[in-house]
Amino acid sequence: MSTAPRHVVTVGADLFADAVEAQATSVTRVDWRPPMPGTESDLARVAADPLRRDANDQALAAMLGVTATLVDVVPASKALDLAPGQFLHAGPPIAWDRASGPLRGALMGGAALEGLVDDPEAAAALFESGSNVSLEPCHHRHTVGPMAGVVTPSMWMFVLEDPATGRRTHCSLNEGLGKVLRYGAYSPDVLTRLRWMRDVLGPLLQRAVRAVRAGGGGVDVTGILTQMLQMGDEAHNRNRAGTLMLLRDLAPAMVTSGMDSADVAESLRFIGGNDHFFLNLAMPACKLALDAARDIDGSTMVVAMARNGTDFGIQVSGTGDEWFVGPAQVADGLYLGGYGPDDANPDIGDSAITETAGVGGFAMATAPAIVRLVGGSVPDALATTRRMHEITLGENPRWTVPVLEFQGVPTGIDVTRVCRTGILPQINTGMAGRVAGVGQVGAGLVNPPAEIFPMALARLAELARVRG
Amino acid sequence: MSGHVELRPGAYADSVTLLQVSRAVQGVDGVAAAQVAMATPLNVEVLTQMGFDVPSDATPNDMVVAIRLAVDGSLEAALAGVDAALRDANRRTTEATDVAPHRTTATALRELDGGIVLVSVPGASALVEAMDALDAGRDVMIFSDNVPLPEELALKRCAAERGLLVMGPDCGTAVVGGLGLGFANAVEPGPVGIVAASGTGCQQLLALLSHAEVGVTSALGVGGRDLSTDVRGISTREAMRRLDADPAVELIVVVSKPPAADVADEIRAYAATLGTPVELALLGPGQPDLTAAAEAVLTRLGREVPRWPVTGRVAPATTGRFLRGLFVGGTLCDEAMLVAADALGPVRSNIPLSPDLALGPDLTAAAHTMVDFGDDALTAGRAHPMIDPTLRLDHLARTAADDDTAVVLLDLVLGHGTEPDPGAPLATTVAAIRQPVVIAVVGTDADPQDLDRQVRMLAEAGAEVHLSNAGASRRAIELTEGVR
Repeated sequence: MSTAPRHVVTVGADLFADAVEAQATSVTRVDWRPPMPGTESDLARVAADPLRRDANDQALAAMLGVTATLVDVVPASKALDLAPGQFLHAGPPIAWDRASGPLRGALMGGAALEGLVDDPEAAAALFESGSNVSLEPCHHRHTVGPMAGVVTPSMWMFVLEDPATGRRTHCSLNEGLGKVLRYGAYSPDVLTRLRWMRDVLGPLLQRAVRAVRAGGGGVDVTGILTQMLQMGDEAHNRNRAGTLMLLRDLAPAMVTSGMDSADVAESLRFIGGNDHFFLNLAMPACKLALDAARDIDGSTMVVAMARNGTDFGIQVSGTGDEWFVGPAQVADGLYLGGYGPDDANPDIGDSAITETAGVGGFAMATAPAIVRLVGGSVPDALATTRRMHEITLGENPRWTVPVLEFQGVPTGIDVTRVCRTGILPQINTGMAGRVAGVGQVGAGLVNPPAEIFPMALARLAELARVRG
Repeated sequence: MSGHVELRPGAYADSVTLLQVSRAVQGVDGVAAAQVAMATPLNVEVLTQMGFDVPSDATPNDMVVAIRLAVDGSLEAALAGVDAALRDANRRTTEATDVAPHRTTATALRELDGGIVLVSVPGASALVEAMDALDAGRDVMIFSDNVPLPEELALKRCAAERGLLVMGPDCGTAVVGGLGLGFANAVEPGPVGIVAASGTGCQQLLALLSHAEVGVTSALGVGGRDLSTDVRGISTREAMRRLDADPAVELIVVVSKPPAADVADEIRAYAATLGTPVELALLGPGQPDLTAAAEAVLTRLGREVPRWPVTGRVAPATTGRFLRGLFVGGTLCDEAMLVAADALGPVRSNIPLSPDLALGPDLTAAAHTMVDFGDDALTAGRAHPMIDPTLRLDHLARTAADDDTAVVLLDLVLGHGTEPDPGAPLATTVAAIRQPVVIAVVGTDADPQDLDRQVRMLAEAGAEVHLSNAGASRRAIELTEGVR
């Protein structure tokens, strides 16, 4: 105590920082502002929870310890025991009566794909009646789905595994952009493409992935993510480098699969021409990592952010499977063709799992090529990633951002820091048309509704109180 | 008469900044009165007293801009002045990068591998920021008051488990290895280490020891409640342990407002286990005052006890009946009450020695009164009176106008963090007071405000100025007794 501190961090009145500086000691001033209204006592309760610090360390370490390997491609009927009439969808639980246009469109197209109806338009009555059909969130089956996220039994699923534990997650195959089922389109060409994916692409990928695995390992999805972040992808709205690296890993096995060469060529062209193909591997890789951080008492880390086109929900490590839900927002960004804000549906999809894991909008600084697509500038992108560090528990040493001196991406959204700073997670997203059947209308930036974070905080505070 | 009042929901600045903004706007041509403040209940009350109508739906998260114009004033110019002042207040010394500052203590600490944290956010948010410091393995000083007791306990228990020190909450003063934090006097290093459950009590010791040319290595504040039966000296013990381990410290002094008796015994017992001798300066009825404690310290160190300086001289009271003390320092107020109670009988106060002596919200009574303007209830959503003297100066003018007031007793505290020239506005008010005024000026020669000049200014305004608060109190009592 006889030596003066080398440095002082001040939070509060600037006057005291000035007084320290006047004594020739360096000062870091925190730009403190009041927390979200009404959260003070819950914040104090949770901050004082003796479990919190270690629980968050444990949650972050568990998440960062996971690597994801692509080990198989199989139909959802087999991978998820999905039976005819069972539909998975993105986001927190929802029933048909509250489902948005794009989710309804995707369900209708899915019903037609499964042969439950001949004409997708006829499916509306089926879902309204509710007989012999059921809806369930992807997240409840170790699965994630982009946009509408509709999964039906015949759809082929990527299967990702954590080699250390054998835990698995799943995601469907990406259809491309524009008029596609996940954006709520269900026209004949959409269904034709899905059938081709079911009959040609899925079986071919299964052979190729199994062959790569037989050759020793499988496709290292986490490793591709590490590299693509250094190549201008943020793994949500830009997956170009990741997609090409996947092709690099799978193409030889596809060619030697013994399948018809025209089918192989068509599949290679399809994957190479779809910059978003890797998204459906990035998402389950992120979920695999985040699932390792679930169910740790006292942890304030967000383990899922997901939207169903009506509601935006989060799940938090310390609060189990409970969803904290508020209204999904409409993204702010650029529109395709003649579409405008009135045409856009509120935010939809499980793809915010990428932001939850520290990429996507959180890694915006590494993807300057797409800042304009989502309506921003390069300085905005740098500021966004830096801002996300204010609400996260740590950094990912594997996933780094060259332009920020290889700083790890901001990882582990902390409910308390969101409530303290009012800084909301930044999500890059595609925008679906409001009306069923339209498809994609644009892309942009969106935030969760602010109120779900104080809701989660209140629950964490209540649990801390009960534990005493 | 009600003037212009507007709410700015979501706008926020700390109370010190808003004080500066208010002053800047008050200086705009054509502005008769102006206040920019967060709409806390206390500030709304102040605004109402100033004649402003604050909308009833105002919440503490709203910024209120209240302006009364002179006859020729322009509202547009006044509001432009508000915006300019807010902008200036937010302008920081520009750094080489355009990186936004951190928004939490935790994220600010990530880049630093040493140092200490100073928390002065509103009390309701203090635990959260302080816990960030403890989570990062740092000691923390909490200047904030209005921190609930259970939160103080949670912080101190957590710190004790981790071998860390929590100074506060409501810790006004600390000197850590020579670095002043909060309201601290500039002192030379030396053989004394202080543990203080009282900010201004600590400052009085620093001032007296400095005058006697005895240096202080560290003065670790622990917060006014640390020696209560609830907290039981958790931080006091850790601070004593730290000072005991410091080879530069030859004598530890523990200074506190009246502590719980059994806790005082525990601290005494703990002191006996340390290798460094401990002088306990625990205020209370029948206990030595702070000046006596400083004298005991000097004697134990084998130093000579100097004559404590007095500048100016006032004549005994000729009118009125009561002694009126108006303090910015809580412990100085406590000490004055203890001294006065012996000589004058009961003293009413907002921090009374016993509950039956409590003052009402108007802080007045037909009795001897002593008011601590630094008390939690008078600082909620406002800057401390060492930064914002408005409340005390207003009350002082009213006290002087009361015919029952025989003698006025004041304190003025110098040091880092306090106003650059606090004597000036006080001298102006004092010069207009007809009753005798005695002031304890607590400061050191090295303080940024220039102790000599502050003392001279007040003496020239007609006050009698003491360095010893106990000395000033005795003198004020003597002057009061003269009239009886």
